[in-house]
Amino acid sequence: MDIIKLKHITKKYDDGFVALKDINLTIESGKFYSLLGPSGSGKSTILRIIAGFTQPSSGQVFFDGQDITNLDASKRHINTVFQNYALFPHLDVFQNVAFGLKIKKKPMNEIKPAVKEALHMVRLDGYANREISELSGGQQQRVAIARAIVNEPKVLLLDESLSALDKRLRKDMQFELRAIQKKLGITFIFVTHDQEEALSMSDEIFVLNDGQIQQSGNPVAIYDEPVNDFVARFIGDSNILSGRMIHDYEVEFANNKFKCADGGMKPNEKVEVVIRPEDLDIVKPEDGKIVVTAQTQLFLGDHFEIKAIDANENEWLIHSTNGVKLGQRVGLFFDPEDIHVMRLNESQRDFDARLEKYEADENEK
Amino acid sequence: MKNKKMFFMIPYLLWIILFVILPILLILWYSFTDSSNTFTLKNYVEFFRNGTFLKMMLNSFWYAFLITFLTLIISYPAAYFLTKMKNQQLWLLLIILPTWINLLLKAYAFIGILGNDGLVNKFLRLFGIGPVNILFTDFAFIFVATYIEIPFMILPIFNAIKEINPAVIQASEDLGASKWQTFRYVLWPLSRPGVESGVQAIFIPSLSLFMLTRLIGGNRVITLGTAIEEYFMTTMNWNMGATIGVVLIVLMVIVMLITSRKARRKKVDL
Repeated sequence: MDIIKLKHITKKYDDGFVALKDINLTIESGKFYSLLGPSGSGKSTILRIIAGFTQPSSGQVFFDGQDITNLDASKRHINTVFQNYALFPHLDVFQNVAFGLKIKKKPMNEIKPAVKEALHMVRLDGYANREISELSGGQQQRVAIARAIVNEPKVLLLDESLSALDKRLRKDMQFELRAIQKKLGITFIFVTHDQEEALSMSDEIFVLNDGQIQQSGNPVAIYDEPVNDFVARFIGDSNILSGRMIHDYEVEFANNKFKCADGGMKPNEKVEVVIRPEDLDIVKPEDGKIVVTAQTQLFLGDHFEIKAIDANENEWLIHSTNGVKLGQRVGLFFDPEDIHVMRLNESQRDFDARLEKYEADENEK
Repeated sequence: MKNKKMFFMIPYLLWIILFVILPILLILWYSFTDSSNTFTLKNYVEFFRNGTFLKMMLNSFWYAFLITFLTLIISYPAAYFLTKMKNQQLWLLLIILPTWINLLLKAYAFIGILGNDGLVNKFLRLFGIGPVNILFTDFAFIFVATYIEIPFMILPIFNAIKEINPAVIQASEDLGASKWQTFRYVLWPLSRPGVESGVQAIFIPSLSLFMLTRLIGGNRVITLGTAIEEYFMTTMNWNMGATIGVVLIVLMVIVMLITSRKARRKKVDL
């Protein structure tokens, strides 16, 4: 079921800066969404428009089928976990979490169990009487989440909510957020610039850049089939080479022809080819599809990151569990499915249409 | 090291002893003696038995309360909207500017404005009204006192509101609070330190205003401040004047304690 719909949302500021250009998106209830993009991409603006803190210049916001474009933030069944938590410093943990319920004039004998339940959910049992200033960053984060979920919103917005935590804590909170979302069954919309965070938590990701949605889809699809080089570069590391589509399922790059799994393009069309560094296997030079010379190597704990150069001066990034000797010639092997072909300037709609078409052709055969 | 510290403390200690501790001791000494320098409680008995002193005390409280209240009502919204303005520095400067002018000069300026041949009455005469007697009324006294004190209220409140994280206000709205509820439960408690220092800066001095009562209030408004002046300068009864002074100091301390009291938090059992 659709819970939130944005239709043709644009946001133009007084100084002429265009933050959002014709955003259309649909949020289904009960799923974990991420808005992923670099800073200035417009992801927080979308969140603020959904929350009601910012008015779009044009377009409509629908919630549960109703137009809420002009509804006050206080009247929306949506709660927000703010970037720096925005807890009330003059209230203790209990009063912070109880705030929304007290505003709704709920009786104390309903508020108390609800707050207790919310604090339990974020594993802060026994912290009710603490002052906010006595809490660590991670604990404040949890209070902020409890303060939002205690109101049982249909949608919870999280604005870069983990970015102020250290790496370990962030990992823990990612698991916990996901667990809380599953348990409550409400929709989470999470804004982040951290692609790893988005990939690990989300059911669906919207990748944003320059005020436009570049690609949307589940994490695997976005990682495996980036529609353009922005998405390919932004999500994970990648080797991007320019090439030429000879015909369906055969592509030429790095002065060689390779079998691939993509089709539906014009013969001899110029394309870009993406190969993920972890899809490259290091083999003996005579077994490799491409022969490269290792230039630099970094040990990153769980793998080596190797930069190598081929005969055509193309740089290759390789992730390998085993190191190589610098200056050594090695072969690179990859499967046809590891090659992702992107057309230049293709929008996601065209991409989806093309995918459908050549998959249908495939089935006919 | 310790000696060095003591050395730099000397000017401060001298100041405190000469201008704070000694005068207070002197006032206390005068208030507990009579004109022949013998110890007596009769000044205090007189103060609390004679109705006029208690009435003066109530009067002082009442005027100080009115002045503080009016100043607060005008200053809080002004300070709030100031935090939302562009060119805040310029606006602040315009608000601070009048405080650079001597109080006496301002008082005389108001005599000129409010007097029977003053600006206000000239204006009223255009409509065939008046002359209205404005000067030497309670209204004039409170009006001028409020005008003079407003900057001292706006500044601390402005600073307190400015320090509030705007996201906290949004969080309140996000949790369903109306504008009024946000003000009551978030903005007001968070800006209270500013209000408290503003109230202290205005209420306490207003208790003992005497120049304005004379120049603008025309001696119709009698406060503890006017009474002290009367006893020291006119009737030369320093002992009674000192007694009123002591009472005034005690009142000020009480006001200080009340306005800077920390709210106790109730603990909840979950």
